[in-house]
Amino acid sequence: MDGTAETTDDSTSRDSPGTIRGSLANIRQLVTRIRRSLLPVSATLIALLLLSPVFWIVREATTVGRERAISMVFSAGTFDIIVNSFLLTAGVTLCSILIGVPLAILTVQTNLPFRRFWTVVAALPLVIPSYIGAFAFVSAFGPRGVLQDILSPLGVEQLPEIYGLVGSVLVLTLYTYPYVYLTTRASLLSFDGTVVEAARTLNHSRWKAFRRVTLPQIKPGIAAGSLLVALYTLSDFGTPQIMRYDVFTRMIYIWYDNFFLGRAALMSLLLLVMTVGILVWESRISASREGAHVSSGSRRPGRIQLGSWKWPAVGFCLLIAGLALAVPIAILVMWLERPSPGYAEGGFEFQFAYVMNSVSVSFAAAILAVIVGLPLAYLAARSDSRLGSLPERASYVGYAMPGVVVGLALIFVGLRFAGVLYGTVFLLVFAYVVRFVPQAVGTMESSILQVDPKHVEAARSMGDGSFRSFRRVVLPQIAPGVISGGALVFLTTMKELPATLLLKPLGGETIVTYIWQVQEAAYYGQAAVPALILVGVSALSMLIILRQDAYDGTQ
Amino acid sequence: MAHNKTLSESTTDEEPATPEDGETVLELDGVTKAFGEEAAVEDLSLSVTEGELLTLLGPSGCGKTTTLRLIAGLTQPTGGTVSIRGEAVAGDGAFRPPEKRDVGLVFQNFALFPHLDVAENVAFGIDDWPADERERRVDELLELVGLEAHRDKMPAQLSGGQQQRVALARSLAPEPEVLLLDEPFSNLDVRLRVEMREEVRRILKEAGVTAISVTHDQEEALSISDRVAIINDGELEQIGKPEVVFENPESKFVASFLGRASFISGRVRGDIVETPLGTLSTDQINGPVSAYDGAQIDVLVRPDDLEATGPTDGLADGRVVHRQYNGPSFVYRVELESGGVVRCLHNHVETFEHGQEVSVKIVADHPLAWYPVE
Repeated sequence: MDGTAETTDDSTSRDSPGTIRGSLANIRQLVTRIRRSLLPVSATLIALLLLSPVFWIVREATTVGRERAISMVFSAGTFDIIVNSFLLTAGVTLCSILIGVPLAILTVQTNLPFRRFWTVVAALPLVIPSYIGAFAFVSAFGPRGVLQDILSPLGVEQLPEIYGLVGSVLVLTLYTYPYVYLTTRASLLSFDGTVVEAARTLNHSRWKAFRRVTLPQIKPGIAAGSLLVALYTLSDFGTPQIMRYDVFTRMIYIWYDNFFLGRAALMSLLLLVMTVGILVWESRISASREGAHVSSGSRRPGRIQLGSWKWPAVGFCLLIAGLALAVPIAILVMWLERPSPGYAEGGFEFQFAYVMNSVSVSFAAAILAVIVGLPLAYLAARSDSRLGSLPERASYVGYAMPGVVVGLALIFVGLRFAGVLYGTVFLLVFAYVVRFVPQAVGTMESSILQVDPKHVEAARSMGDGSFRSFRRVVLPQIAPGVISGGALVFLTTMKELPATLLLKPLGGETIVTYIWQVQEAAYYGQAAVPALILVGVSALSMLIILRQDAYDGTQ
Repeated sequence: MAHNKTLSESTTDEEPATPEDGETVLELDGVTKAFGEEAAVEDLSLSVTEGELLTLLGPSGCGKTTTLRLIAGLTQPTGGTVSIRGEAVAGDGAFRPPEKRDVGLVFQNFALFPHLDVAENVAFGIDDWPADERERRVDELLELVGLEAHRDKMPAQLSGGQQQRVALARSLAPEPEVLLLDEPFSNLDVRLRVEMREEVRRILKEAGVTAISVTHDQEEALSISDRVAIINDGELEQIGKPEVVFENPESKFVASFLGRASFISGRVRGDIVETPLGTLSTDQINGPVSAYDGAQIDVLVRPDDLEATGPTDGLADGRVVHRQYNGPSFVYRVELESGGVVRCLHNHVETFEHGQEVSVKIVADHPLAWYPVE
């Protein structure tokens, strides 16, 4: 009970003869308390709703039965999947560090020719959804692919196998290393260059100074990027599916497709455990001593003169950009120019209605994500306690939860409890909200933090209620953040693959499901237009993220 | 003092008054650093002797910090040579990287390594020493700078003054031939600045290190240095002991940069000088003026050389245009009838109002420096 309530109690007892006035005060007090707790309570409810898929997965997994569950978990097949998932995640994370960190250093700290150009180009692969990359690589380097067609007159009968671990690592690395590149770049840019010079004057060579001074300070940045890469890789469904590499996401989908629902649920749980493992590992690194003390300053260290390494460095940038950007774009454009034979006969005509379907579900998801995310963001931004930001933290689970798992959980809901909802667009939109609400929350929270709380106090002092003052003072100021949060959800939803595949209503083809169908049927040519549309959509979402970063950066 | 010929010259030979007792540790010979068209340092020559503390003093952007970076090896000169103990480390086709120069540098923002504690920071440059020697050296330095109790703290937990002590200890650890200090006090608040000046001088002298410091604060330069070098626009204007440079500025730039200098114009008549504030005789003037008979010269007057009084016989020399009260003293700015503005220092008792007519008298008890009008 807080202070105001107690004084009211006192006055009630003193006013005991006039009981009507006393009980009136009691009611008023109750109303204030309800109104005051409205925000925390609704935020908590929302958070629980967003977390509910975990509950459904657990519930479904328990239907398997103890003994069967144990034998499934400890079977050789499961072991293979765990090893495969681990190899893929570790491989992609390691390769992303090996590409992302040097690129960040080259573009920030050296005299690399055309530095500005490479700065942008190195981040661009984020624009291409990894499954489109995978599909382009398969059609380029796979059996009977473009490259083979070109090389066969020269007597090349077979290319090295693109399917499997190598291909998956290659493709996922090419489209996720920018996370490491961007976070490393950010920490390189924010850190004080004079400490490197200090190390040089203290008898440290350039390399030794990098190892002892720069590296420890950019380690948290590298770790943050690696976390994103690892989470992305573990939850990615499209690439391993196209590359036919048996990891959790692919197997969950296959088992679901063959009606082994319990088994799919059990594997989903294992996948979630692995995800939590990665999160714990990362928080250990960031919590270590190095992370807490990062110097920041405006002075850049003197640019490293590359000398004779200049052209090998350009070659490295060129190779990465060529593989990640030029190959898929060239393939798509080529298909555009030269339609595959299946174009006429396949019956997979691309229809404008698919675009409309994509747009309308994405729009619904964006609106809902903003409505649901706003209370979480507001509570987290305005509360000093850990408890207050708990609902917001909880919503971040959606980031780590693979789309396959969310999709599966909602199928269980539809099948077992809410039959009316099964196969409707509602479950699909809810799945999108669960997965992408953190994006909206993040953007909105940072814009709420920029609103001076004194503005609200001023409005309150002029007689506005808390809701009214929020609407009149806060909302207009955070409108840009709300809109860009919604736009971000819209654009990411447009290209979401696994949950869309699992939950799409009958006949409700979207751009993504269409691409997936023609890809499975190997009518690659028809995917060109929708794939290019998706690349355009991703490019737009990148722009929004970058603008947001620049906005935060000025703070 | 034969200062007349040096007035327009930029490079100066060693001041005869400077004690040349120690061995030369660092020598700059005609060092030039150009960034594109712009020369940040131009034809700079100077030498520093064993155990000496030399301060490069000049306005911001005059090339002082660039000079330090050239000495440290963080920047390459475009001309001239830098030698340490007679060995060229830059120029003459040689370039030794900073880690092979035996030069320490204390940075303006101290640049402590934020991920290492105090002892680790100090030990950073001597990580190739045997562990026990290293340990001993760290203890010794922490004692020298008075931070024994803080050895396990992180830089972020230290005050500005403590951070500076760590920075000093850190760069002294590898026993550098030369220690460079870049605006060492500018990151400290005013109160701490004066205290740390004394402290830094004590530490440097106790360590016996040869040091070059850089500042734009004349008080700081004059109070801590063995010698001061005045730099303007990348060129050396004058070098010498602080009191010599202050009393005998060799150029109008040096004069106006040190102390709140004003100039009164005078005409040479034989061996005396006629000024609007009265006639100056030979012994009131620094050096013979006879060679300039009939010519116009500028005489340097600082606030303590002048005194304002109420107008004598109704004749005033000028009018008070500004009054600055410092507590113990007043400084009046007087606009002279003959043109120009001078400053007069007074104790807190004598007060003149803004706009009041006054006459000004030269009361200097030392010969005044002067400069021919170009």
